[in-house]
Amino acid sequence: MTVTVGLSAPYAHAPTSIRRTMGLVLLALLPATLYNAGLFGWPAVNLFVVTVLAALATEAVCLRLAGKPLFPPLTDGSAVLTGWLLAMSLPPWAPWWIGAVGGFIGIAIGKHAFGGLGQNVFNPAMVARVALLISFPVPMTLFVAPRPLSSADAPGFLEGLAITFGGRLDLDAVSAASALGHVKTELSRGVPVDQTLSQHQDWIATLLGAVPGSLGETSAVLLLAGGLFLIAKRIITWHVPVSLMGTLFVLGSVTSLIDPGRYPDGLFHLLTGATLLGAFFIATDLVTSPVTREGQIIYGIGIGALTFVIRTWAGYPEGMAFAVLLMNAATPLIDRYVRPRVFGRTSKGEPLSAKRKR
Amino acid sequence: MKLFRIRGGVHPEYRKELASEKAIVAMPLPRLLRVPLQQHVGAPAEPVVAIGDTVGKGQLIARAQGAVSAPVHAPTSGAVVDIANLTAPHPSGLPQRTIVIESDGRDAWAELPPPIEDPLSASPREIARRVGECGIVGLGGATFPAAVKLDLRSRHELDILVMNGAECEPYLTCDDRLMRERAPEIIDGVRIMAHALGVDRVIIAIESNKPQALESMTRAAAGVANLSVIGIPTRYPMGSERHLVQALTGRETPARQLTADIGVVVHNVGTAHAVHQAVRYGRPLISRVVTVSGHGVCEPGNVEVPLGTMVSELIAFRGGLTEEAPRLLTGGPMMGQPLPSLDVPVIKGTSGILALTKEETRIQPAQACIRCGSCVSACPVGLVPVDMVALVRKDNLDEAAAAGVMDCISCGSCAYICPAHIPLVQYFNYAKGRLNAIQRDEQKRDRVKRLVEARAARMAKLAEAKRAAMAARKAAAAPPKPDPDSPPAAAQ
Amino acid sequence: MLTAVGSLAMLGVTFGTLLGIASRYLRVDENPLEAELEALLPGSQCGQCGFAGCKQAASALAAGQAKPTLCPPGGRALAAALAERLGVSVDLSDTEELEPEVAFVNEDICIGCMRCLQDCSSDALVGGPKQIHTVITDICHGCGKCAKVCPTEAIEMRPVPITLANWHWHKPDPRQYMN
Repeated sequence: MTVTVGLSAPYAHAPTSIRRTMGLVLLALLPATLYNAGLFGWPAVNLFVVTVLAALATEAVCLRLAGKPLFPPLTDGSAVLTGWLLAMSLPPWAPWWIGAVGGFIGIAIGKHAFGGLGQNVFNPAMVARVALLISFPVPMTLFVAPRPLSSADAPGFLEGLAITFGGRLDLDAVSAASALGHVKTELSRGVPVDQTLSQHQDWIATLLGAVPGSLGETSAVLLLAGGLFLIAKRIITWHVPVSLMGTLFVLGSVTSLIDPGRYPDGLFHLLTGATLLGAFFIATDLVTSPVTREGQIIYGIGIGALTFVIRTWAGYPEGMAFAVLLMNAATPLIDRYVRPRVFGRTSKGEPLSAKRKR
Repeated sequence: MKLFRIRGGVHPEYRKELASEKAIVAMPLPRLLRVPLQQHVGAPAEPVVAIGDTVGKGQLIARAQGAVSAPVHAPTSGAVVDIANLTAPHPSGLPQRTIVIESDGRDAWAELPPPIEDPLSASPREIARRVGECGIVGLGGATFPAAVKLDLRSRHELDILVMNGAECEPYLTCDDRLMRERAPEIIDGVRIMAHALGVDRVIIAIESNKPQALESMTRAAAGVANLSVIGIPTRYPMGSERHLVQALTGRETPARQLTADIGVVVHNVGTAHAVHQAVRYGRPLISRVVTVSGHGVCEPGNVEVPLGTMVSELIAFRGGLTEEAPRLLTGGPMMGQPLPSLDVPVIKGTSGILALTKEETRIQPAQACIRCGSCVSACPVGLVPVDMVALVRKDNLDEAAAAGVMDCISCGSCAYICPAHIPLVQYFNYAKGRLNAIQRDEQKRDRVKRLVEARAARMAKLAEAKRAAMAARKAAAAPPKPDPDSPPAAAQ
Repeated sequence: MLTAVGSLAMLGVTFGTLLGIASRYLRVDENPLEAELEALLPGSQCGQCGFAGCKQAASALAAGQAKPTLCPPGGRALAAALAERLGVSVDLSDTEELEPEVAFVNEDICIGCMRCLQDCSSDALVGGPKQIHTVITDICHGCGKCAKVCPTEAIEMRPVPITLANWHWHKPDPRQYMN
């Protein structure tokens, strides 16, 4: 009997696969997603479905155009994840075409223009979000107050369809500012930050997520749980989230100590906006973050610092998406220069010296 | 004892339970034994028998060639029926010179060298010589001649002997069984080796997934001075020589050097057993314990096999294969070699014969790299496989070498963990082989260049001499006679 | 206005002086290009490039009368190295990567004429008059001259045999493992 001898060892493999990796990330996102679907009602569900389907459809078209097989890439979960993350970063009651255009931009321009899965420099979901934010600032900054499905004023299924697909949205009636936006607006009106916060900030609601905000970013507790799940499952490591949030927290705390009227404190930075979603699910995107742990720490610190800068001094109330994209651009550079020390060599690559030779 | 942290590594599914509770059994003597002349690292042995000779069990049939080599002995008594090129137990399936012995069924020992009286006061040289004469090589799979590694004190300042009982490869249980069943013999061998090396400390390291081996070795080692039996964490590749030394002593072997350069010698526990046999009884290495395992084998177990036994016979002894074409390997699944066929012999380095089913190997088509960095975290050497593979794929070998591909120990952790199933270490194995070939070519080119220059100089000298001779003759004889047959400028 | 002109002029003078000093003290002797090129070439004087030997080939290269792809035994790697040294671009797609070969003497046909011995630049052929010749493969550089002069065609060029000592793993073939 002869045996085909093709490749060398190993002839064993861990039960890992791209599908499993993506599946676990989706699983980790599920609790926060379900909670927010309940919180923002049918329009949010509609937008979520449209975005994910648009991402999948674009993926299929791009694969076909590139002459690549549709499977397994279409079912490995990567396109769903891009659509899902994008949807979670959109205002929950945004019209359907925001999701559709976003899904298309994310997959076609953010991913396939670079050569498909694993080749993209920038996080596709954030490419889409930033493109939408710049192109359509009004619908992209229109947040609503939570209207849980169980509550009386929640839109019904048909009403939800009308809001998402019919554009039947009375802007002024529903709009509510996110915490970051509110602080920024008040500050521009001359109200000191500490005063705004003491009046309006409900910490319990912030932790649980029953506050205005993007479709999937409001529930700090559930996002944290999902992130810890991913770390426990070894899909991501602690390096990016901890360095990112640590930087944000330290910068927020220090500046707030110096001038509480001008700067919100560190905890506020951590629990509002896209911090938790970004730290655990967006910045940790495997393709666009550095591969070494040391590099990941630099990358996390960079995102934290940039987010803080944009939130504090730039025109936009939230800066996570921009910060992630900027650090994505730095990732190849980080990967080139930040490398682990090789066994038996100095960090410069020279062999260690053996002192015991006779 | 304080253990030191090592980098990276993976936790493969060990599946040791398939064979770990099966006591070592002896393989019935096959009729024909095919003993290859190269079962070790170094130069092949040179036959000292001819076709038709009768040999006794343990008789020398091929002697070592050069400093790094090992002799080969007859695994049983019988007649030399052939010395031929037969398929080697090597993935290439290339032939190798092999002595074929037909057993006479008596299994009668030849005259063996006498036991070394009181080896613990014998001279280190004498022990190393005996170990060399008995053809003992590293039985962990590396098959480096053990005598060379016992003679290191002449060139290195040594203080620690590490006995490697980690057996970190999945499936393999031969060292585990040996340590459980023959601990006193191993400890005796270890003491002889420690004496030969002149070290002041011996550490026997056993992965914590082998509690019985740990216990029996601890019992056998009780009361021996300066010898400790240590349980180490179960993590692949803990048994890698350099990593084991680092975990136990905190000393890091410099790149491109030996552990001896930092004062440590590592031997496998199976080697200690062979040393015991050689020193106490004069018995050469003619059999070894082989783990036969995997779901593709009907009756996994541990077998003491005469060297030269066909793998097919060994598998038949264990009830045959369970399915049509499982993956056949020698060694473990992480670093073992695929077998070109079942008709190859068991040799000194065969620690295991595995027949793995598709469910066990989980071979899947590769997908696109998602740059997850799992390979970077898993690499025990601190390399960045994800970047190296891109270079090797484009045959950018110089840059791959600069990125450290020659430091890769081929442990396979990266390829094992890769969610995209990219054959990472397989690319590095290719790159290492190719780079070595390029280096050999360069050496050859330099050699050729020197020869060419030498020849050119010689030719010039010859021509000069001829001219001078002509001129002299012209001057001597008035009518110069033309030389009818000037000798051709022969090369030699 | 005058200050600007003055300071720019000052800058010009200063840097000009510096450059002048630097060019005098940091001067590099002209590159011994030919010798460098010759060092890159295999040095086996096989003559497959059409020149008498590697030295002649190197001077032709330096004079721009030969292409960097002139050396078949050097293959693509050498062509690339030569092109880089010469600062020219080179199309390597035409350069065939020759499989290394060594001479092999068919002992049934060899008549021991010693002609091949004279043509071998590295003394890789051994033998005496009327005695069968043989090849030391370790130092045969595969130029094939001996095969050309052999009157009985007893010498043929064969690929370097693959043995357990020089075998290595093939490059993984994407078709084998990709879907």
